[in-house]
Amino acid sequence: MKTFKIGGVHPAECKLSAGSPIRDAQLPKQAVFSMFQHIGAPAKPVVKKGDEVKVGTLLGEAGGFVSAPVYSSVSGKVAKVDVALDASGTRRMAVYVDVDGDEWESSIDRTNDLVTLADRPELDAAAIVEKVKWAGIVGLGGATFPCHVKLSPPPGQKADCVIINAVECEPYLTADHRLMLEHTDEILVGTQLIMKAVGVEKGFIGIENNKPDAIALMTEKAKNYAGIEIVPLKVKYPQGGEKQLIDAVIGRQVPAPPAIPINVGAVVQNVGTAFAIYEAVMKNKPLIDRIITVTGKGLDKPSNLRARLGTPFQQLVDECGGVPEDTGKIIGGGPMMGKALLSLEVPMTKGSSGLLLMTGDEALRGEARPCIRCAKCVKACPMGLEPFLLASLSHKQMWDEAEQNDIVSCIECGSCAFTCPSRRPLLDNIRVGKTTVMGIIRARNAK
Amino acid sequence: MNVILIAVVVLGLTGFVAALVLYVASRRFAVVEDPRLAQVSEVLPQANCGGCGYPGCSGFASACVKAADGGSLDGMLCPVGGAPVMERVASILGMQAADAVAKVAVVRCAGTCEVRDHGLTFDGERSCRVQQMTGMGETLCAYGCLGEGDCERACIFSAIKVNPTTGIAEVDEEKCTGCGACTKACPRLIIELRPKGPKGRRMAVTCSNRDKGILATKACKASCIGCGKCVKTCDKFEAITLANNLAYIDPEKCRLCRKCEEACPRGAIKAFNFPPRKPKTEETTNENNEQATI
Repeated sequence: MKTFKIGGVHPAECKLSAGSPIRDAQLPKQAVFSMFQHIGAPAKPVVKKGDEVKVGTLLGEAGGFVSAPVYSSVSGKVAKVDVALDASGTRRMAVYVDVDGDEWESSIDRTNDLVTLADRPELDAAAIVEKVKWAGIVGLGGATFPCHVKLSPPPGQKADCVIINAVECEPYLTADHRLMLEHTDEILVGTQLIMKAVGVEKGFIGIENNKPDAIALMTEKAKNYAGIEIVPLKVKYPQGGEKQLIDAVIGRQVPAPPAIPINVGAVVQNVGTAFAIYEAVMKNKPLIDRIITVTGKGLDKPSNLRARLGTPFQQLVDECGGVPEDTGKIIGGGPMMGKALLSLEVPMTKGSSGLLLMTGDEALRGEARPCIRCAKCVKACPMGLEPFLLASLSHKQMWDEAEQNDIVSCIECGSCAFTCPSRRPLLDNIRVGKTTVMGIIRARNAK
Repeated sequence: MNVILIAVVVLGLTGFVAALVLYVASRRFAVVEDPRLAQVSEVLPQANCGGCGYPGCSGFASACVKAADGGSLDGMLCPVGGAPVMERVASILGMQAADAVAKVAVVRCAGTCEVRDHGLTFDGERSCRVQQMTGMGETLCAYGCLGEGDCERACIFSAIKVNPTTGIAEVDEEKCTGCGACTKACPRLIIELRPKGPKGRRMAVTCSNRDKGILATKACKASCIGCGKCVKTCDKFEAITLANNLAYIDPEKCRLCRKCEEACPRGAIKAFNFPPRKPKTEETTNENNEQATI
């Protein structure tokens, strides 16, 4: 069984909601659309207070090339354009829409009929990329990097394969798993669209073998789609990291930053993104909803919900049985890379892959003890770094040394902090160091 | 006997040759150093805090000598030694000491545990920088003191400490030299260097919250809500400005009348080192006198 070569850990899987079919979440009373749902320049609001909007109406236009537009996922009236608390813990510009009914833009095809590439022979690469850009699709695995940028390789770079990330290596999350079981054909057509957009003949879909039903179904259906191969992978975190996945599937190593996957001829997209691309290109539907896993050991009904963007997390939790009494921490995303939320008022965004409610005793990290030099973190690091060293360099503010030790290569997967027997906050310190060193490098390059 | 003689002669000759080499080398490679540098360095506090903006005390000494050769010591201040040290430096260099304003660090946050709800628990590295990166810290105020003591660790004079009962950083004005290390260490930039003022008396807005009034009120009971009452009160001197929902008192223009402190409905303006207020009846006359004398 294939997997990546260096490091990695195996946290308890806890896929509580794997057996729960995707169901539609209720419409919120008020939806809040952050203009900062992606990496890059924020979107610029194009509506004002009092405007009537429908599902699919443009709310914010892209603020640059590395940016994405934001569409309304509900119909109703714009209540205000103001700051709103988002999952990052800061207050940033957002559009508030009071929901009234559920009226869609007429251009969106709401039927469930499968449209394959054979039905749309006129589609070429440029048309697909243009449609993806229009729809505001970003990397739905959680990184939220605008998708059209990845689909337009820089001049001189040529991809030779597309890798679809269906690994879902984060514990608890099952959104991609359910999506593969329920929308298999759509994902495969979406994969073909990505292959066509970047002009390659070969597509791989990497799935960890803790999802045997998905592997079997996908392999069966993939026979009808030329050039797509399903690659079962050994269960290991962080296999869903772009660089780890490329290593696992095609055995190529991406060099240290600023190198990106296209330098080794690979384009990686999440399986959710492939589905969103299918809906955008074939159904003319902008990115207005996504599958989110709402889960936790104390929760009544851990579920996979298809929720409209902008829905407050509070409502999603209520639909799964409400916040349990002994909840200690609520995390947006998975337990390894997700971020603790300050409040459940926060609306869901394009990058919300999960919502995890941890019980009180699970939530605490425990007191940090001195480093015993066991080097477990070094063994666990999938990037081949020395986390204990980077953490102490960062703590001592020795930025030059941190840069020499490749702190910017860190993918912030948290394997080091997970494996540390002394429970040291390694990633906390490395993150501060990485951000600072990246700032120093940017300032130096700007000169 | 012969052996001893040879040893003495050989050693003597070796010593002589070595002495000759050392003498020639010391003459040939002598570094001419301005004698004033050593003298100036001697009067400096040797704290090497960098508060003057130069790399350590020796760096400041050479900058002073250079400035003296340029004709003026304007703008040169050792914040640790203050005026007495600068006078001695000036006398060594044969110059007049420039008027330099002594400064002191002011923490622009009064969000103690009593007025600001610490509703969240941060479970990770006890560091302000880490908390700032992760989000809001333990309170709902995105601007106030995080209370993990990055400033305390940056201060080599032990002049700033996080008070465990209030949960915010407090400055010991006796010890503070105004070197500014804490201002750089604070990830929220809430510590400001302000002129000490006559007898240490000064006014400052002790809040950094730039949110709109309603959010600032929710976050903390002692927050500036940007109502602008202080600005109106100070129309005579125009020392207070309002930007981004936050008032700021310009220390250059402030005449220490304390009217803004009274006007502030939130108690976000603090008067430092003033004697306790006298009963209300005498207050007006007292204030008039104070204004007249300044």
